[in-house]
Amino acid sequence: MDACDTPDCNQTLKELDLFLDSELSDAAHETIRHHLDACPDCLSAFDFHAELKQVIQKKCQENEMPADLLSRIEKCFDTDFDGDGVIG
Amino acid sequence: MADQAVFADQAMQYAPQLYSAAMRMTRNKADAEDLVQEAYLKGFRSFHTFTDGTNLRAWLFRILTNTYINKYRAKQRRPDESDLGDIEDLYLYKRLGTFEDASIGRSAEESLMEMLPDDEVKQALEGLPDNFRLPVILADVEGFAYKEIAEMLDIPIGTVMSRLHRGRKAMQKALHTYALERGLADPPPEPTDSNTEGQEN
Repeated sequence: MDACDTPDCNQTLKELDLFLDSELSDAAHETIRHHLDACPDCLSAFDFHAELKQVIQKKCQENEMPADLLSRIEKCFDTDFDGDGVIG
Repeated sequence: MADQAVFADQAMQYAPQLYSAAMRMTRNKADAEDLVQEAYLKGFRSFHTFTDGTNLRAWLFRILTNTYINKYRAKQRRPDESDLGDIEDLYLYKRLGTFEDASIGRSAEESLMEMLPDDEVKQALEGLPDNFRLPVILADVEGFAYKEIAEMLDIPIGTVMSRLHRGRKAMQKALHTYALERGLADPPPEPTDSNTEGQEN
Protein backbone atom coordinates (compact mmCIF):
# COMPACT_ATOMS: atom_id res chain seq x y z
CA MET A 1 0.00 0.00 0.00
CA ASP A 2 2.69 2.47 0.79
CA ALA A 3 5.44 0.96 -1.24
CA CYS A 4 5.65 4.31 -2.98
CA ASP A 5 9.26 5.22 -2.44
CA THR A 6 10.87 5.71 -5.83
CA PRO A 7 11.85 9.30 -6.63
CA ASP A 8 8.98 9.37 -9.14
CA CYS A 9 6.51 8.22 -6.51
CA ASN A 10 7.72 10.78 -4.00
CA GLN A 11 7.44 13.54 -6.57
CA THR A 12 3.97 12.36 -7.57
CA LEU A 13 2.70 12.19 -4.00
CA LYS A 14 3.98 15.70 -3.38
CA GLU A 15 1.66 16.91 -6.12
CA LEU A 16 -1.37 15.03 -4.80
CA ASP A 17 -3.22 18.09 -3.48
CA LEU A 18 -2.52 20.16 -6.57
CA PHE A 19 -3.55 17.33 -8.86
CA LEU A 20 -6.83 16.61 -7.09
CA ASP A 21 -7.61 20.32 -6.80
CA SER A 22 -7.02 20.76 -10.56
CA GLU A 23 -4.36 23.37 -9.86
CA LEU A 24 -1.58 21.89 -12.04
CA SER A 25 -0.64 23.02 -15.50
CA ASP A 26 -1.79 20.69 -18.27
CA ALA A 27 1.75 19.41 -18.75
CA ALA A 28 2.30 18.71 -15.04
CA HIS A 29 -1.14 17.08 -14.82
CA GLU A 30 -0.23 14.84 -17.73
CA THR A 31 3.04 13.81 -16.08
CA ILE A 32 1.18 12.71 -12.96
CA ARG A 33 -1.49 10.96 -15.00
CA HIS A 34 1.23 9.10 -16.81
CA HIS A 35 2.86 7.93 -13.58
CA LEU A 36 -0.51 6.86 -12.15
CA ASP A 37 -1.21 4.74 -15.21
CA ALA A 38 1.96 2.80 -14.48
CA CYS A 39 1.97 2.81 -10.67
CA PRO A 40 -0.89 1.05 -8.85
CA ASP A 41 0.45 2.11 -5.45
CA CYS A 42 0.28 5.82 -6.20
CA LEU A 43 -3.01 5.35 -8.05
CA SER A 44 -4.48 3.74 -4.96
CA ALA A 45 -3.39 6.67 -2.77
CA PHE A 46 -4.77 9.18 -5.27
CA ASP A 47 -8.08 7.34 -5.57
CA PHE A 48 -8.44 7.24 -1.83
CA HIS A 49 -7.97 10.99 -1.54
CA ALA A 50 -10.19 11.77 -4.52
CA GLU A 51 -12.95 9.77 -2.90
CA LEU A 52 -12.35 11.23 0.52
CA LYS A 53 -12.62 14.69 -1.00
CA GLN A 54 -15.97 13.79 -2.54
CA VAL A 55 -17.23 12.32 0.70
CA ILE A 56 -16.27 15.45 2.62
CA GLN A 57 -17.88 17.65 0.00
CA LYS A 58 -21.15 15.74 0.17
CA LYS A 59 -21.29 15.32 3.92
CA CYS A 60 -20.45 18.89 4.85
CA GLN A 61 -23.35 20.37 2.90
CA GLU A 62 -26.50 21.48 4.63
CA ASN A 63 -29.41 19.81 2.91
CA GLU A 64 -31.96 22.20 4.28
CA MET A 65 -31.97 25.92 4.68
CA PRO A 66 -34.31 27.39 7.31
CA ALA A 67 -37.61 27.97 5.54
CA ASP A 68 -37.96 31.65 6.33
CA LEU A 69 -34.36 32.71 5.70
CA LEU A 70 -34.91 33.57 2.04
CA SER A 71 -37.95 35.69 2.75
CA ARG A 72 -36.14 37.45 5.58
CA ILE A 73 -33.27 38.30 3.27
CA GLU A 74 -35.58 39.48 0.53
CA LYS A 75 -37.38 41.70 3.01
CA CYS A 76 -34.06 43.47 3.63
CA PHE A 77 -34.06 44.48 0.00
CA ASP A 78 -37.27 46.45 0.57
CA THR A 79 -36.30 48.12 3.80
CA ASP A 80 -34.88 51.55 4.30
CA PHE A 81 -32.78 50.76 7.36
CA ASP A 82 -31.26 54.13 8.07
CA GLY A 83 -34.25 56.24 7.01
CA ASP A 84 -32.36 58.11 4.33
CA GLY A 85 -35.00 57.41 1.72
CA VAL A 86 -32.79 54.81 0.09
CA ILE A 87 -33.48 51.11 0.34
CA GLY A 88 -30.78 49.15 2.11
CA MET B 1 -22.65 49.72 -12.54
CA ALA B 2 -24.73 46.86 -11.38
CA ASP B 3 -28.29 47.47 -10.36
CA GLN B 4 -29.76 46.45 -7.01
CA ALA B 5 -32.83 44.92 -8.63
CA VAL B 6 -30.44 42.69 -10.57
CA PHE B 7 -28.81 41.69 -7.29
CA ALA B 8 -32.11 40.57 -5.79
CA ASP B 9 -32.73 38.67 -8.98
CA GLN B 10 -29.39 36.92 -9.39
CA ALA B 11 -27.85 36.54 -5.95
CA MET B 12 -30.55 34.57 -4.13
CA GLN B 13 -29.79 31.34 -5.97
CA TYR B 14 -26.56 31.05 -3.97
CA ALA B 15 -28.26 31.27 -0.58
CA PRO B 16 -28.24 27.51 0.13
CA GLN B 17 -24.50 27.32 -0.56
CA LEU B 18 -23.77 30.39 1.53
CA TYR B 19 -25.87 29.01 4.35
CA SER B 20 -24.05 25.70 4.15
CA ALA B 21 -20.67 27.40 4.42
CA ALA B 22 -21.97 29.68 7.17
CA MET B 23 -23.02 26.63 9.19
CA ARG B 24 -19.50 25.17 8.96
CA MET B 25 -18.03 28.54 9.89
CA THR B 26 -20.22 29.52 12.84
CA ARG B 27 -21.11 25.95 13.88
CA ASN B 28 -24.66 26.91 14.78
CA LYS B 29 -27.91 27.72 13.08
CA ALA B 30 -28.73 31.07 14.61
CA ASP B 31 -25.31 32.58 13.86
CA ALA B 32 -25.29 31.02 10.39
CA GLU B 33 -28.62 32.63 9.56
CA ASP B 34 -27.46 36.00 10.85
CA LEU B 35 -24.23 35.70 8.92
CA VAL B 36 -25.94 34.90 5.62
CA GLN B 37 -28.47 37.67 6.12
CA GLU B 38 -25.75 40.17 6.90
CA ALA B 39 -23.69 39.09 3.90
CA TYR B 40 -26.68 39.56 1.61
CA LEU B 41 -27.42 42.97 3.02
CA LYS B 42 -23.79 44.01 2.52
CA GLY B 43 -23.83 42.61 -0.99
CA PHE B 44 -27.04 44.46 -1.75
CA ARG B 45 -25.62 47.74 -0.50
CA SER B 46 -22.30 47.42 -2.29
CA PHE B 47 -23.50 45.81 -5.48
CA HIS B 48 -22.45 48.93 -7.40
CA THR B 49 -18.84 47.79 -6.82
CA PHE B 50 -19.47 44.42 -8.45
CA THR B 51 -18.00 44.15 -11.95
CA ASP B 52 -20.49 42.75 -14.43
CA GLY B 53 -19.34 39.55 -16.00
CA THR B 54 -17.19 38.49 -13.06
CA ASN B 55 -18.09 35.65 -10.73
CA LEU B 56 -21.03 36.68 -8.53
CA ARG B 57 -20.83 33.52 -6.45
CA ALA B 58 -17.17 34.16 -5.58
CA TRP B 59 -17.97 37.80 -4.84
CA LEU B 60 -20.72 36.76 -2.39
CA PHE B 61 -18.47 34.21 -0.71
CA ARG B 62 -15.83 36.84 -0.26
CA ILE B 63 -18.35 39.04 1.54
CA LEU B 64 -19.55 36.10 3.63
CA THR B 65 -16.01 35.14 4.60
CA ASN B 66 -15.01 38.68 5.51
CA THR B 67 -18.17 39.22 7.50
CA TYR B 68 -17.47 36.03 9.40
CA ILE B 69 -13.86 36.96 10.08
CA ASN B 70 -14.73 40.45 11.29
CA LYS B 71 -17.72 39.49 13.34
CA TYR B 72 -17.01 36.10 14.82
CA ARG B 73 -13.32 35.50 14.75
CA ALA B 74 -12.51 38.06 17.41
CA LYS B 75 -14.86 36.25 19.79
CA GLN B 76 -13.08 32.94 19.66
CA ARG B 77 -9.42 33.69 19.37
CA ARG B 78 -7.60 30.44 19.20
CA PRO B 79 -3.96 29.83 18.63
CA ASP B 80 -3.69 28.65 15.07
CA GLU B 81 -0.59 26.98 13.67
CA SER B 82 0.55 25.36 16.87
CA ASP B 83 -2.84 23.79 17.43
CA LEU B 84 -2.45 21.20 14.73
CA GLY B 85 0.98 19.84 15.49
CA ASP B 86 2.82 17.66 13.04
CA ILE B 87 0.73 15.11 11.27
CA GLU B 88 2.25 12.75 8.76
CA ASP B 89 1.25 12.88 5.11
CA LEU B 90 -1.37 10.41 3.87
CA TYR B 91 -2.50 10.04 7.47
CA LEU B 92 -5.84 8.38 6.89
CA TYR B 93 -4.78 6.44 3.83
CA LYS B 94 -2.01 4.75 5.75
CA ARG B 95 -4.54 3.66 8.35
CA LEU B 96 -7.71 3.01 6.38
CA GLY B 97 -6.43 2.61 2.86
CA THR B 98 -6.88 -1.14 2.91
CA PHE B 99 -10.38 -0.95 4.29
CA GLU B 100 -11.94 -1.47 0.88
CA ASP B 101 -10.10 -4.75 0.50
CA ALA B 102 -11.72 -5.99 3.68
CA SER B 103 -15.26 -5.19 2.62
CA ILE B 104 -15.76 -7.34 -0.40
CA GLY B 105 -17.36 -5.91 -3.47
CA ARG B 106 -17.53 -2.33 -2.32
CA SER B 107 -15.84 0.63 -3.84
CA ALA B 108 -13.63 2.69 -1.58
CA GLU B 109 -16.13 5.53 -1.69
CA GLU B 110 -19.02 3.38 -0.54
CA SER B 111 -16.93 2.09 2.33
CA LEU B 112 -15.87 5.55 3.38
CA MET B 113 -19.37 6.90 2.99
CA GLU B 114 -20.65 4.16 5.25
CA MET B 115 -17.89 4.50 7.77
CA LEU B 116 -18.12 8.21 8.21
CA PRO B 117 -21.48 9.51 9.41
CA ASP B 118 -22.38 13.02 8.23
CA ASP B 119 -22.18 14.42 11.74
CA GLU B 120 -18.67 13.15 12.29
CA VAL B 121 -17.40 14.55 9.01
CA LYS B 122 -18.94 17.91 9.90
CA GLN B 123 -17.43 17.74 13.38
CA ALA B 124 -14.01 16.93 11.97
CA LEU B 125 -14.21 20.04 9.81
CA GLU B 126 -15.72 22.25 12.48
CA GLY B 127 -13.03 21.20 14.92
CA LEU B 128 -10.32 22.88 12.85
CA PRO B 129 -9.06 26.28 13.96
CA ASP B 130 -10.37 29.11 11.75
CA ASN B 131 -7.15 29.61 9.81
CA PHE B 132 -7.36 26.07 8.53
CA ARG B 133 -11.12 25.64 8.51
CA LEU B 134 -11.86 28.51 6.15
CA PRO B 135 -9.56 27.30 3.34
CA VAL B 136 -10.91 23.75 3.70
CA ILE B 137 -14.53 24.94 3.58
CA LEU B 138 -13.85 27.10 0.55
CA ALA B 139 -11.82 24.48 -1.34
CA ASP B 140 -13.34 21.15 -0.37
CA VAL B 141 -16.95 22.02 0.32
CA GLU B 142 -17.43 24.94 -2.06
CA GLY B 143 -14.90 24.01 -4.73
CA PHE B 144 -13.14 27.36 -5.12
CA ALA B 145 -9.72 27.61 -6.77
CA TYR B 146 -6.62 28.51 -4.71
CA LYS B 147 -6.48 31.93 -6.35
CA GLU B 148 -10.07 32.71 -5.43
CA ILE B 149 -9.51 31.55 -1.85
CA ALA B 150 -6.34 33.65 -1.60
CA GLU B 151 -8.36 36.70 -2.64
CA MET B 152 -11.22 35.95 -0.26
CA LEU B 153 -8.93 35.46 2.73
CA ASP B 154 -6.39 38.04 1.63
CA ILE B 155 -3.45 35.66 2.04
CA PRO B 156 -0.84 34.45 -0.49
CA ILE B 157 -1.61 31.35 -2.57
CA GLY B 158 1.29 29.51 -0.91
CA THR B 159 -0.36 30.08 2.45
CA VAL B 160 -3.67 28.78 1.11
CA MET B 161 -1.88 25.64 -0.03
CA SER B 162 -0.07 24.96 3.21
CA ARG B 163 -3.14 25.63 5.34
CA LEU B 164 -5.25 23.38 3.14
CA HIS B 165 -2.65 20.64 3.36
CA ARG B 166 -2.36 20.83 7.11
CA GLY B 167 -6.08 21.38 7.67
CA ARG B 168 -6.93 18.32 5.62
CA LYS B 169 -4.48 16.16 7.53
CA ALA B 170 -5.91 17.33 10.85
CA MET B 171 -9.37 16.50 9.58
CA GLN B 172 -8.17 13.05 8.58
CA LYS B 173 -6.75 12.52 12.03
CA ALA B 174 -10.08 13.46 13.61
CA LEU B 175 -11.93 11.14 11.25
CA HIS B 176 -9.58 8.33 12.15
CA THR B 177 -10.19 8.93 15.83
CA TYR B 178 -13.97 8.69 15.28
CA ALA B 179 -13.51 5.50 13.27
CA LEU B 180 -11.44 4.01 16.09
CA GLU B 181 -13.99 4.99 18.69
CA ARG B 182 -16.69 3.23 16.76
CA GLY B 183 -14.57 0.15 16.23
CA LEU B 184 -14.44 0.72 12.49
CA ALA B 185 -10.70 0.83 12.24
CA ASP B 186 -7.97 -1.26 13.73
CA PRO B 187 -6.15 0.34 16.63
CA PRO B 188 -2.82 1.81 15.63
CA PRO B 189 -0.02 -0.74 15.54
CA GLU B 190 2.59 2.04 15.81
CA PRO B 191 3.57 2.33 19.47
CA THR B 192 5.50 -0.90 19.58
CA ASP B 193 7.00 -0.11 22.94
CA SER B 194 7.74 -3.48 24.54
CA ASN B 195 7.75 -1.93 27.99
CA THR B 196 4.03 -1.29 27.90
CA GLU B 197 3.28 -4.97 28.22
CA GLY B 198 0.85 -5.76 30.96
CA GLN B 199 -0.51 -2.23 31.09
CA GLU B 200 -4.24 -1.80 30.73
CA ASN B 201 -5.75 1.14 28.94
